[in-house]
Amino acid sequence: MLVLNKVKIQEMADNIAEMDAVKGRSLWTDARRRFMQNKAATASVFVLTLIVLFSFIGPYFAVWTNEQIDWAVLGRVAELGQPSFANGHFFGTDSLGRDLYSRVIQGTRISLSVGFVGATVAVIIGTLYGAIAGYVGGRVDQFMMRIVDILMAIPGMFVLILMLVVFGRSILMLFIAIGLLAWLDMSRIVRGQTLSIKNKEFVEAARATGVKNSKIITRHIVPNLLGVVVVYASLLVPGMILIESSISFLGLGVQEPSTSWGALISDGAKTIRYDTEWQLLFPLAFFVTSLFCFYFIGDGLRDALDPKDR
Amino acid sequence: MSNETIMQVDNLKVYFRVKNPEAMPWTRPDVLKAVDGVSFKLKAGETLGIVGESGCGKSTLARGIIRLIEAEEGQVLWLGQDLLKLSNNEMRSRRQEIQMIFQDPLASLDPRMNIGEIIAEPIKTHHPKTPKAEVKQMVEDVMVRVGLLPNLVNRYPHEFSGGQCQRIGIARALILKPKLIVCDEPVSALDVSIQAQVVNLLKELQDEMGLALIFIAHDLSIVKHISTRIMVLYLGNMMELADSADLYDRPRHPYTQALISAVPIPDPLIEKNKELILIEGDLPSAINPPSGCVFRTRCPKAQDICASDKPVFEDTGKGHMVACHFHD
Ligand code: SF4
Repeated sequence: MLVLNKVKIQEMADNIAEMDAVKGRSLWTDARRRFMQNKAATASVFVLTLIVLFSFIGPYFAVWTNEQIDWAVLGRVAELGQPSFANGHFFGTDSLGRDLYSRVIQGTRISLSVGFVGATVAVIIGTLYGAIAGYVGGRVDQFMMRIVDILMAIPGMFVLILMLVVFGRSILMLFIAIGLLAWLDMSRIVRGQTLSIKNKEFVEAARATGVKNSKIITRHIVPNLLGVVVVYASLLVPGMILIESSISFLGLGVQEPSTSWGALISDGAKTIRYDTEWQLLFPLAFFVTSLFCFYFIGDGLRDALDPKDR
Repeated sequence: MSNETIMQVDNLKVYFRVKNPEAMPWTRPDVLKAVDGVSFKLKAGETLGIVGESGCGKSTLARGIIRLIEAEEGQVLWLGQDLLKLSNNEMRSRRQEIQMIFQDPLASLDPRMNIGEIIAEPIKTHHPKTPKAEVKQMVEDVMVRVGLLPNLVNRYPHEFSGGQCQRIGIARALILKPKLIVCDEPVSALDVSIQAQVVNLLKELQDEMGLALIFIAHDLSIVKHISTRIMVLYLGNMMELADSADLYDRPRHPYTQALISAVPIPDPLIEKNKELILIEGDLPSAINPPSGCVFRTRCPKAQDICASDKPVFEDTGKGHMVACHFHD
């Protein structure tokens, strides 16, 4: 028995020695696992993917385009424009007799791209600006951050509306205006984070080893910033969509014949008195579902990536 | 082991400009004298221990020597070359000969990199053309040497204990076979049982590779164990510098005497009867240090002359250097 044990132990020792390199859990792997455990977040990713897919594949099933007016329905939208499969208006028609299904697809595309493009602009400008201010430090940092303070003191919505009125209402203008406003918070967050990473011992260790400053930024600082940037960006997207929608709801956002969730909801709300509640409910359902999804994903990402919870 | 001096530090001063946040923008910042005129020599294969309370400037001294912080004035001769006068590029290439180990083992490892990448970083920095297989072999060898299983290369720092993280830090410092390692309180963040392991590892490596060490600690008992010579630092000034045994058995400076009396002696009989010299008060501010001898505000032996004249740091025989008017 004892001998057998000895042999076994020897075998085990050999096995351990020959064992291949153990796969490590990087912080990203860890984060992914934590994110996957968050049911609301994973479900949200699924639902959101469906919505995005819908906005791409949806048009192939549409009977009407978003510009066609169904003359047969016009004038009697409340009775004939209801959602039905028979006449091809799956979501019904709007008050002008246009197919709401196609309009919602169009609105979804625009709203989502406003969200993503706006957030991307904000993330890129904000991260670069904040990282430079934080890493360079000193006077440069002071100067750059005072500019941010000044810009922040101006009420954003006011500027946005002003810009749209002055420079005309185009989607491009909307992208630029929203993106320009949203990078301010981003730059502050990134600057703070850069400051704290810059003083971490591993950055000092890299300097002591003789790593160049540019390599320190790309190899050590940026990868450690990424978590915060991802979390904040995921919360920026719904923020952008909300701003765009509220502006469109006020009638200042995207222009006919183009449309967005905000504009569709606005149209639907105006005609709710005429028993055409579907005109409000379909765009609203997409809007609310997507926002919920974005916030759940944002929450999930924060829980997964935030080092404080560890 | 050769007896050549590899590093000679002369009158090194590191000052910080600190601004009172409530002060007006045009007021001149205060000068904080973190290190105020430190000189010493270091021979190849020797260990210099540096002790002092926290806030006495010992970490700043270490960083000043290897230019992680720029010094105000002074000289750091490394193999005959003044490090403080080198351009940034020249300094960077010198860095492969001088490495550093840090106080917080986990914080000194990039959490987004795996162990293999961390340990290999010095090679990648100084010899970027080394073939991958060779790098891998070097990493594995050094891991085995510091007592880590080489199959852990793909793991990440947060999967290790403090002691293991410090071994990783040591491996990173060793991989380019440096001549000097500056250890900034390498064990003070570790459990007592692990401290001894890490100190012993450093000692073994030193004997094997002929490394010189600058070993910083706030605890005299650890430093005594590893050092050839010990420097006692107080408020950026050298108080005493002597051979390890000499300093421990015959401390001549009142501050050193107090520090040593605070080290517990394992024998309860002696421990009970020994005289404990207490130092009263707090460390004075380095922005506004006491005149004359910096230790006079807390020194049990202080006289009038201590306030007016700064004691000279002088040899009191057999290289036992002391800065005190009334040394024993
Ligand atoms: S010089 Fe005076 S104050 Fe300074 S340590 Fe000696 S006795 Fe104390």
